Amino acid sequence: MATAAAAQGAARDTDRDTTARQGAFDAAVAADERIEPRDWMPDAYRATLVRQIAQHAHSEIIGMQPEANWISRAPSLRRKAILMAKVQDEAGHGLYLYSAAETLGVSRDELLDKLHSGRQKYSSIFNYPTLTWADVGAIGWLVDGAAITNQVPLCRCSYGPYARAMVRICKEESFHQRQGYELLLALSRGTPEQHAMAQDAVDRWWWPSLMMFGPPDDASQHSAQSMAWKIKRHSNDELRQRFVDICVPQAESLGLTLPDPDLKWNEERGHYDFGPIDWTEFWEVLKGNGPCNEQRLDRRRRAHDEGAWVREAAAAYAAKHSETGATRA
Amino acid sequence: MTATVPATAALALGDDALVLSHRLGQWAGHAPVLEEEVALANIALDLLGQARVLLSIAGDEDELAYLREERAFRNLQLVEQPNGDFAHTIARQLYFSVYQHLLYGRLAEGGGPFAPLAAKAVKEVAYHRDHAEQWTLRLGDGTDVSHERMQRACTALWRYTGEMFQPVPGLDADWAALETAWLERVGDVLRRATLTVPEGPRSGAWTAGAGRQGLHTEPFGRMLAEMQHLHRSHPGASW
Repeated sequence: MATAAAAQGAARDTDRDTTARQGAFDAAVAADERIEPRDWMPDAYRATLVRQIAQHAHSEIIGMQPEANWISRAPSLRRKAILMAKVQDEAGHGLYLYSAAETLGVSRDELLDKLHSGRQKYSSIFNYPTLTWADVGAIGWLVDGAAITNQVPLCRCSYGPYARAMVRICKEESFHQRQGYELLLALSRGTPEQHAMAQDAVDRWWWPSLMMFGPPDDASQHSAQSMAWKIKRHSNDELRQRFVDICVPQAESLGLTLPDPDLKWNEERGHYDFGPIDWTEFWEVLKGNGPCNEQRLDRRRRAHDEGAWVREAAAAYAAKHSETGATRA
Repeated sequence: MTATVPATAALALGDDALVLSHRLGQWAGHAPVLEEEVALANIALDLLGQARVLLSIAGDEDELAYLREERAFRNLQLVEQPNGDFAHTIARQLYFSVYQHLLYGRLAEGGGPFAPLAAKAVKEVAYHRDHAEQWTLRLGDGTDVSHERMQRACTALWRYTGEMFQPVPGLDADWAALETAWLERVGDVLRRATLTVPEGPRSGAWTAGAGRQGLHTEPFGRMLAEMQHLHRSHPGASW
């Protein structure tokens, strides 16, 4: 039994340990070293990463839905193969990301449960419907393009498992992005109906894609801390500007226009100026009031619930047969 | 005419792969676990790849896929069956992948016009068969619920399995031997999965070569309507 004095001593040791660990952590982050799963890390750093990686994983699996909506109607076998491969990659990205999150001491089941009960979010972009085939191209070009702009800096994120997952994901994403662009190009150069379909899709996906970078810097609650921890490397507005600057010439070579009358080159800034984003729409979609929020979550829950008996069967089978294995060993 | 013989056969095998690939594609976003999202899409993609090669032997892949009517499709009735629950999908996969593995194995060895294609495809199909067999074991020998569902699925699809062994013109295979090997392999897996090998007819007047003759089941027309709609709405467009 510890005496009061010993207990006080232990508390002081713990404080001293924590201070030393915090110091080592800060030094590692400052030196651009990677934090690994067994390293000490501040609780808030761990919690932020769990939230961010889980949301990222959820976005991959919810993001399968708007595109899977067109697998059965893809207009050529080549396009169908590309789309199926893409949706499969997204499931794979979800798997990498849940694994990365699990290194922080949470389980995939726990995270899925939070997604299904609405306690964790996914990217607001996937709450928009895919109304025509051209939407598949617009998602590839704009949505994946915005995702890549956001994610490439994450390859240098301070948390090792997340950074390594992002290296693999970014390679595949940039492939999808080029395919989306090429899909739109084929439509833009196709029949007048196909061109109109492409233009309509870009008109509908442009603003939601800009919203993918998150709220403006002065309204972004997690940004400062994430930048200090080197989870995040650039501000929302910085990345958004970078994305606009990349897209404008691409739209020109596609032969399509972007739905923003205020969009113009600013010689002085060396950037494109662009019009105001409808933040009311952004917050409404984020709150669950977008066009497909309910449908997306409902579909996900249904797949999970209807698959319960399959997971139970796999577990029961594994249990039966691992007993045999244990007896043999 | 020797050229038309492989075309008929290519159409039959190509349609099997195309139609089953389409059905598996309908699972995207609905699978019971993420790993199965990956696996089912993977199998669907392999099959679509096979379909594209085979249909290109017979003509233009997109014309054949998107502009033929239901009565001109030559796929087995088995592969056009709706997905149903996961057990139904797995039973369909088991029956078809064991058949396809045996057939492609023979074709690869046979050295005929399909040998190069079959030699490549048989490696993919070995994986599909393994996936279906593993799930048949898990579901059959899992819980009471999964056992019952798997048994029901195997029984329901049994009637479509005889058609697989109707000779396809242009394919050089010993169909009776294939059928014996199929019954043995499937029977063995079902027994190991604690399931009963279904009884009842596997072929008859109503099914003699039915899909291969362009006689399909009712859900197939609806599947084609969805698959072909966009392509048909823009005649002559390229994508």
